[in-house]
Amino acid sequence: MEKLARAHVLICGGTGCSSSGSKEIIPEMRGKLKAKGMEDEIKVVETGCHGLCELGPLVIVYPEGVFYIRVKASDVEEIVENHLIKGRVVDRLLYREPATHATVPDYDDIAFYKKQQRYALVNCGHINPESLEEYIGTDGYEGLAKALSMKPEEVIEEVKKSGLRGRGGGGFPTGTKWQFTRNAVGSKKYVICNADEGDPGAFMDRSVLEGDPHRVLEGMIICGYAVGADEGYIYCRAEYPLAIKRLRGAIGQALESGLLGENILGSGFNFMIHIKEGAGAFVCGEETALIASIEGRRGMPRPRPPFPANSGLWGKPSNINNVETFANVPSIMRDGGDYFASQGTETSKGTKVFALTGKINNTGLAEVPMGITMREIIYDIGGGIPNGKKFKAVQIGGPSGGCLPEQLLDLAVDYESLIRAGAMMGSGGLVVMDETTCMVDVARYFLNFTQDESCGKCTPCREGTKRMLEILNRICEGKGTEEDIPLLESMAQSIKAGSLCALGQTAPNPVLSTLNFFRHEYEAHIRDHKCPAGVCTAFVGYTITEGCRGCGLCKKVCPADAISGEVKAKHIIDPDKCIKCGACQSKCPFKAIEKG
Amino acid sequence: MGEKFAEKDVAKLDELLADLGSQKGTLIPILQKAQDIFGYLPREVLIRISEKTHVPLSRIYGVVTFYAQFHLNPRGRNIVRSCQGTACHVRGAKAVLSELKSQLGLEGDETTTKDLRFTLETVACIGCCGLAPVIMVNDQTHGRLVPEAIKGILESYK
Repeated sequence: MEKLARAHVLICGGTGCSSSGSKEIIPEMRGKLKAKGMEDEIKVVETGCHGLCELGPLVIVYPEGVFYIRVKASDVEEIVENHLIKGRVVDRLLYREPATHATVPDYDDIAFYKKQQRYALVNCGHINPESLEEYIGTDGYEGLAKALSMKPEEVIEEVKKSGLRGRGGGGFPTGTKWQFTRNAVGSKKYVICNADEGDPGAFMDRSVLEGDPHRVLEGMIICGYAVGADEGYIYCRAEYPLAIKRLRGAIGQALESGLLGENILGSGFNFMIHIKEGAGAFVCGEETALIASIEGRRGMPRPRPPFPANSGLWGKPSNINNVETFANVPSIMRDGGDYFASQGTETSKGTKVFALTGKINNTGLAEVPMGITMREIIYDIGGGIPNGKKFKAVQIGGPSGGCLPEQLLDLAVDYESLIRAGAMMGSGGLVVMDETTCMVDVARYFLNFTQDESCGKCTPCREGTKRMLEILNRICEGKGTEEDIPLLESMAQSIKAGSLCALGQTAPNPVLSTLNFFRHEYEAHIRDHKCPAGVCTAFVGYTITEGCRGCGLCKKVCPADAISGEVKAKHIIDPDKCIKCGACQSKCPFKAIEKG
Repeated sequence: MGEKFAEKDVAKLDELLADLGSQKGTLIPILQKAQDIFGYLPREVLIRISEKTHVPLSRIYGVVTFYAQFHLNPRGRNIVRSCQGTACHVRGAKAVLSELKSQLGLEGDETTTKDLRFTLETVACIGCCGLAPVIMVNDQTHGRLVPEAIKGILESYK
């Protein structure tokens, strides 16, 4: 048996922290401990994501639960010498609350984590994702064992009782979906896990796959048992290489231990899971397009019905759920549906993971009970807006969602309230925007995205989004007219009504919601030829003031050769050549270049 | 397949086709692996795949051009992916991208440098929003970028 360690050093190996340098810290820590002869006393564990990616690489030392941020390989010696040997916490590496600047040594006291309720993410960052034993050590596969002792109908009843709804965006009741597949006629059925997380600004699925892969497998196996399927597919983006590697490893371990494959846990139930790598098409997040892609075809959606529950992969009944949905299932089975249903609001039960990004102090993943207000998420968990800027809007639900303004910050977040406000839950990406973000530019950004990703099958989406994008480009370039706003609105309604799949049906949402709450910004672009946030370059120009000493740095840095002037004499910018990149302004040592 | 391709690569392709060619739903994995072997998907390779799998070339072409991952032209040794996700967008991804283009000397729709050292592409989201703005060079992510950092990063990839 492995020796019991007196301390554990958890080093985040998620994608965020790896790219900030945790890859170098791990061997450094192991090496230093070995040099001191403490490798048996202190165990170094590479974990999945803790969610506070902004402050990575993160290192947590247990049993104390001390939380170190932005740790570099050169800090390792100090942590070993002072903390692990002498028991003195390394103060300078501790987390500080953005509001008070006070250091917070204890993980559980950090405001970012305090209001969270980690249910789907409970293991992320706390266990070694490559170890089956650690997953089992946190009650892993207990839900599966329990499910296998029940009748499939009882498993579905339990999921229905929990009130779990699809976490991928649609919010369809999961138990009811399972029931449809169970009831469908046919002896061969499939379970599909949608891990094609494509919404820009959302990375909760990635975090679960990388940080706790067995949880997703367990959810799928339970689903397979409930609906009567013996085969499952995980459709994962190729852009997530670490997630795919961890999933493959987990599948291998589960097969070896009899948790997957034939006669699972001696129950007589067989289930196999395959991985399919996506090939880079956003529309494949749509279930019928995803199925087409698994079958090796162009990922284009088809009209529904028939729904995949009746005719899915290879024409067989198939149940598709998203990663986060499956990740909730094992605990629902273990704790019972009633416990899950005790969290959240009347119609939206349990917790939801949000990806907090954009102009916010604590970027990262936050799992909170449904019904929490947006203000709590942004200010209490997210720590507010950096650099003393003013909050303007929060964009929720990715390219299908909408922007919520300041006056809706006290909205209790659930599936219905967001739809009423003109946004949607989507996958749970929250992008915070401050006063320096132009809302017309944001709408244009999203439309550019959906237009790019439109599969081209149906005309309203293919042509409609293109025409809307042209109008938005026109407005941002200062060539908008009064008719453009009503035209955008009427086109938006037609595209919503006429598109084949959710991509087109929701593509106009970012435009409609910004028009609804920030119409004055559109009007300022059109009527006053101004971009209030100073983003749209058509309306800004740079001028050199009297403070110029003629050092020539701006001339050198200008990529468009738009600046001229003799040495030691005031320089000038040719507005026709200027591409408004701002390089001159950032280089000027005398602050003699103004934007306006 | 002529002399254009290394013998061992062609052998690898044939092995792959013998392995997966007759199974249903394997076209995309075959294309992914073939691209791993050759770096891109040359016409001759697509013809070979069509012959062995009995999938019409037109359908293969349809699939290849549908997905962003597949490439019909040679690619650089180092793939630079510049994230254009929402979080990166609001934190200055545009300036990073234009710096990449100017450092690599790419104009208009060009994506690959003449010396095949770099290919530059944009991606919708790398899922590293906490570190925005972000680029990925090969499998390595670089975050919290400012345009000034680009030159040094590119220099470290030969």
